[in-house]
Order: sequence, then structure tokens, then C-alpha cells
Amino acid sequence: MPRPGFVLEVDRSTPPTLFQHGDGFRLEKLPVGARVIYPAEPLEAIADPDDAIRDALLNPLGDSQPLPTLLRAGMKLTIAFDDVSLPLPPMRRPDVRQRVIESVLDMAADAGVDDVVLIAALALHRRMTEVELRQAVGDRVYDAFEPHGLLWQHDAEDPDGMVHLGVTDQGEDVEINKRAATSDLLIYVNINLVAMDGGHKSVATGLASYRSLRHHHNVATMQQSRSFMDQHRSELHSSNWRMGRLIAASGVKVFQIESTLNNDTFPPAFDFLQKREWEWSLRDRAAFTAASKALDRTPPRIARQIFQSQRAPYGVTSVQAGEVEAVHEQTTANVYRQQLVSVEGQTDVLTMGLPYICPYNVNSIMNPILVMCLGLGYFFNLYRGKPLVRPGGVLVMSHPTPWEFHPVHHPSYIDFFEQVLAETTDPVEIEAKYEESFATDPWYVHLYRTTNAYHGVHPFYMWYWGAHALQHLGGVIVVGGDTRAVRRLGFKPASTLRDALEMAEDVVGRDPSVTHLHTPPILLADVT
Amino acid sequence: MSSLRRFSLRPPFPLSKPTWPGGVDRPPLDRKTGMNFDTDWSRRFPARVARAALVDDVFAPIIKVMASPRVSGLDRLASLPDDEPVIFAANHHSHFDTTILLTAVPERFRHKLVVAAASDYFFDNRVKGAVWALAIGAFPIERTKVSRRSADQAAELLDDGWSLIIFPEGGRSPHGWGQPFRAGAAYLAIRCHRAVVPVHLEGTRRVMRKGARLPTPSTVHVTFGRPMRADDGEDARVFAARIEREVAALADEQATDWWSARRRAAAGTTPPLTGPEAGAWRRTWSLGEGRRRRHGPRWPA
Repeated sequence: MPRPGFVLEVDRSTPPTLFQHGDGFRLEKLPVGARVIYPAEPLEAIADPDDAIRDALLNPLGDSQPLPTLLRAGMKLTIAFDDVSLPLPPMRRPDVRQRVIESVLDMAADAGVDDVVLIAALALHRRMTEVELRQAVGDRVYDAFEPHGLLWQHDAEDPDGMVHLGVTDQGEDVEINKRAATSDLLIYVNINLVAMDGGHKSVATGLASYRSLRHHHNVATMQQSRSFMDQHRSELHSSNWRMGRLIAASGVKVFQIESTLNNDTFPPAFDFLQKREWEWSLRDRAAFTAASKALDRTPPRIARQIFQSQRAPYGVTSVQAGEVEAVHEQTTANVYRQQLVSVEGQTDVLTMGLPYICPYNVNSIMNPILVMCLGLGYFFNLYRGKPLVRPGGVLVMSHPTPWEFHPVHHPSYIDFFEQVLAETTDPVEIEAKYEESFATDPWYVHLYRTTNAYHGVHPFYMWYWGAHALQHLGGVIVVGGDTRAVRRLGFKPASTLRDALEMAEDVVGRDPSVTHLHTPPILLADVT
Repeated sequence: MSSLRRFSLRPPFPLSKPTWPGGVDRPPLDRKTGMNFDTDWSRRFPARVARAALVDDVFAPIIKVMASPRVSGLDRLASLPDDEPVIFAANHHSHFDTTILLTAVPERFRHKLVVAAASDYFFDNRVKGAVWALAIGAFPIERTKVSRRSADQAAELLDDGWSLIIFPEGGRSPHGWGQPFRAGAAYLAIRCHRAVVPVHLEGTRRVMRKGARLPTPSTVHVTFGRPMRADDGEDARVFAARIEREVAALADEQATDWWSARRRAAAGTTPPLTGPEAGAWRRTWSLGEGRRRRHGPRWPA
């Protein structure tokens, strides 16, 4: 029986606490009285995921019919699937998307469906490489579809590949992939790593264009999403739901397949990362010592490759299929079952160790903008109810924050960092003054469509992702980061956690309450 | 601090085993360490003879050199029946506290005396546990939580006629001021109908404070108080608070004189063991200990 997550109050006997620190780790002694929020242990995985997938397809939720009855010869079938940003880290083969897609294709073959296209739902993310596509859909599917030009990657800038379906009652344009919109059936294969994923967001965001995305990927929406992990208080969620309902009303028939994973995040060599420090065995301590000493002496490039080659031994905990909203309701409950941890009260100072990976640097470099997005966007928003840190509180993040960018994956990030952040870090000003020019820059559009580059507007979205945190916090301190890069982000650098906590006292007052978010593995704080 | 840590016998985590946070339940241990460590052998005749020789012929001379104990208040124990075991409850600042107390208690208690020792610290491995059980008559207790098993074992020993040394603060003081007394000693006294002898130890922190590497010779004062018994129907926590006040009064008596201390005790103005209610630096300042001695080479050599 896996143990639930819990909140530890640090006392004199508490061993130092693990902070992930990019491609490395730190052990930090937190002050007595500080709280540490530990995630739950991994839920037991389904013993036979293929059986569970088949069962979900045959017994769909909501008003959907079983998948075999929706499939017929001569129909136009499109299967869209989540891109390289999920799950994190990439899961050990076979990926759950491969399992689901193979099950769907088995049924489609039985029904004699010939016109089948697979689409990686990139939105404005970079195109996936062959290796990444094979990882997601598996070799059998890749080899069956890609050589025939039937494995597509969504192109949000293809003027002939998009279709405008209408405008919501809030004035939001809904423009999605034409092939998906004009299919007799659109099957979306989703992985729900966090509560924000899935539902109408899958199609309304994953297969959308900039024209459509800008209605919810903006500063106002992010500031009104408290948090975007909480559907009932997320404007991002509301906007996607409006769009999703318009897509359904336009006649696009979506069969949603969502799966949830447990939080068994690290392979055996690094599984001490998901254990509680006082339970570290001799093997764990030896592994930690060996890994941290070796990483200290390893060039960053090699260290990055070591970490990026990790594959998570995630186990599938549930599979739901059928009508989008009914599916998503059950999926969210299953995500919460793994991730929710009850926390009483907010804190003056929230500390967190940021890992080497976020959704936008898979097989890439975690540049300073992504550090901001991971800390202030994702980790800060891992709450339901109230933010973990009080209004005006301080966020302390631990990450090397190198002034380094992947020139192929993140070209517009470089210019955003050099030009825009040098001028201002205010999201509202950035949005008003600079977004349009980056979003429509022909060079960035060309790179997005033809290489493995993120869209020109993507760094803006990363910055907006942290807009709620920037509005809420009194200060942000980065421990162990590149001083120049941290200052460029508008944050304060600190050499040690102790220094950071002393600096935080200047903002929140003496003897502040301190809470550490011990993640990954991912948890969702239910703050009362 | 870093130099201390470097030369410490116990390397820092993760090179050594982690300690457990107080707020977390330990899983039941199958091993023969911690609370499962068997100390019955250490109370049998051969071990008792060996311990008596150790205490009288090894510890006592060392303590005399290192701590020059000045013992007072032993006359207050005269009223106790010869065959009645008691619970010695003392404040706790140093590893020297136990050995000083062992050599300071009257002889009629000294050789049938056991020491309640933290299972997570003194009994975390079998060799260490055996050394402490033999040398000071230690037996394991759970200090981080209320444990029926700890209480049962201690009560059994008291019923068998063993006197008990217990430090109700639960651990050595990290900062020089006392810590609130826990109710373990009071609970045992009530449960077994035994007397508690409050004891105040002054100066052991000067000899060897928590975290220190080497002892420093200094004079120590040991003050025994009047045996205390719980009132009818008295709650363990109330009795524990009374014991704490009595130890504080003994501290006051040692610092001033018996009469002044008694008057302050009667008026309820005895300075608390836990120190003044003030900011951290003022509490440290009012200890008047001055700077810590530096260890290791100074620069330039």
C-alpha cells in the first residue's frame, strides 16, 4: 500500500533535505520548524495496461459509443497524440501512447478503415525528431505510417492546413488543424501527467494556431488562473472549454483517450530522488554520493546527456476513453489520487529545487527563460485552493540557470532574452510591445515550420506562464545560478540557501515560515 | 563548525546513516538495534561487577580530573528507604552528565542503577549499544514519541528494584538553555508509585557541550533536591512541570543561595531553566559564555 504524501516539520533530527539543482543535486539543512511537502509514493500500476486500454475503448464514458462501432470502412480517421513535452522524463518503452495507438489501429484495421493519419499535436512546440516520434508511437506504428507520409506533425503556420471554425461567445477565434477538423472521427491520445493536461485543451490547444492560442496564452488569462491545475479556478481551463465546446458544436467528433501515470519517475540509478532522506539505505547514500561527485566533475554537456537519456519507469494507473468532458472528469480524479497532498496554511518563503527538465527542453538545454517558467509557472502553480506562499512572500529556487540556449530548438528565446528582457521583465509590457513582432516574424515562422525550432512567440508564453507568480510574490531568489542570467530575469542571485533565506527576510520580515516543495516526483498541494 | 564536522567521528549525511525526523513514525525494525536491543544481560551479575569496577575505578577518577564535581543536597535523600528505587531526573547539557551522575549518586543507588538512553542514538548499532549498556547500564527508550513499550520496560525495571536516571528534556541542550521537561519521568513515578529526585547539573556544558570534539576541564556542581511524589490524581504533565520547577529552583539555589532560591520559588519567580523570553541573540548573550574556542590551526600558522 503506497503511503500518501505528507508534510514534515523539520526538527533537529531531520537529515539534510534534497534539492534538485538542474543536472545535479544539493543537500540543504532547512531551518528547524520549516515544513517539507513530500509527494505520495507511486500508486500501484495496472498489471495489464493493454487490457485496460481495450476495456476503456469498449466501454467509453459519457454519451460516446464503443470505439469499434464508431469505425467503418471508407471513413476518414485522424489520431492525434501528445508531443514530446509529455511525459517528463520520457517514459520507458513502450510509451502508453504507443499502446493506445496500437489498440486503436487494431480496431481500425478490423473495421477496414484505410484513410488514417496520425498527427503529433505540437501546437507551437518544435517538431519532433524521428527518435522522439519512435519513442512516442513505437517502431511498428512509425514504420507503418511515416514512410507513406501518414505520420504528420501539426503545422500551425500552414495556411492551407488550418480551418477557422468560428468564434466563442467571449470572442475567441477557434482555428484548428484542417485534417483533424474534417475527419469523420478525431481520436486524441493523451497523457495526463498533471491536472492541467487533457480535456478540451488537448484539441483546442494541441491542434490550434497562434490566432487561436493567443486568446488564452496571454498575461490576463494566466493571472486569472489560480491555479491552472485547478479546473474550477482556471481561466485557461475555461477558455479551452469554451473552444472545445465550439469545436464539438461545429461537428468535429472527438473520441478522447486519456491515461494517467503513477509518479515512479526515476530509474533505479536515481531512485533515491524519490525517497525520503531518512529512509535512504546504504545503497541510496552510495548512489547519491557517487552521482553527485561524478556530476560535479562532468562537463555540463555530458551531464545533460546523462540526464536526458533517463527513461522513467512510470506505471499506467488508469485509462479513460469516450466523450471529452466525462473522460476528463475521471482522469482528473485519478491524477489527484496520486498527486494531492493536504497542506495547512501558506508560507512566507517557499523553496524548491528545480530539476534538469521541463516540458520544453526535452533533449535540449534548460535556458534561463525555461528556469523561470518551470519555477514560477509550473511549480508555483502546483496548488489547489491557495498558493503555497502568501501574497508578498518569497520564492527561493535552486538551479544553475546557465546563460545558455539551444540554437536550433530555441532561436527566438535567444532574442527574447537579449532584447526583450534587457528592456523589461513586466509581462504586461512585454505582451503589448513585443509579442506581435516575434509571433509574425517570417524567419521564426520558417524555422518553426522547417526545422526543430519552437515558434517565435513561445518564449513569451513561457514568460506569461509565470505572470501569476510574478504578480503574487514579493521577490524571487535563485540559489546557485549564473549571476548575470538571474539578474537578467529580474531575480536575485544567492550563493547558498542560507544566504537566500537571509535575503528573503528583507522582504517578508524576521523569522519567516519556510516551506520546501520536495518535487519531483510531482505533487499538487491542496492548501487550506 | 566545519572544522568540528571534519574531525567528528560521525561523518555527515549522506556518508553516515540519516537520522529520523521526530514527526515521522519509524517502521517496525526487525533488527536487533534501537528499541529491539536486548540489555537484559547488562543487568546480570557479571556485567554489574564489571560496571561497578568501571564506574568506581575508571569513570570516577576521570570525572574528578575533568569535572571536579561539587555535590550538594545528598542529605535530602536520607529520608528515602534503603530498598526503594527512585527516579533521578536531571537537566541535560552534556554527554558527561550521565557519568557525573553515576559517580555522584549515593552508593546504595549507584550499583543498581540504569540509565534511560535514546534508542535512536545510543542503540543504532549493536557494538555501540553493547558498550553503553555495559558501561553505564543504558537501556533503550523512544524519545521522539510516546511509546508504550519504552514505558513498560522502564516500569518493569523500577518494579524490579532498579533506580533510574532519566533526562526529561529528551536530549542535550543545543543552545545552553534548558528545554521543556517531557512527562516520561513523571508518568513512571505515578505508574510505579516511586519518588522522583530532581537533580541540577551546572557546568557540564563547559566541560563538553553538544557538538564539542574534546572535553575541557572545569568545575561542575551537582545539586540533589528533595524527593518528590505525585499528589493523588495528579496528571503526569502537571507533575512534570512541577519537577521542572524544582530543578529550576535547584539551579537558582546553586547560583544564589538556598534561602533566596526558596523565596523566589514560593513567589513563583524562579528563573526558568529555559532562559529568558527574548530574541535569539539576547538569549545567547545572557548565557555569558563568550566565544567558542577555535580548534585546529589558525592562519597564519
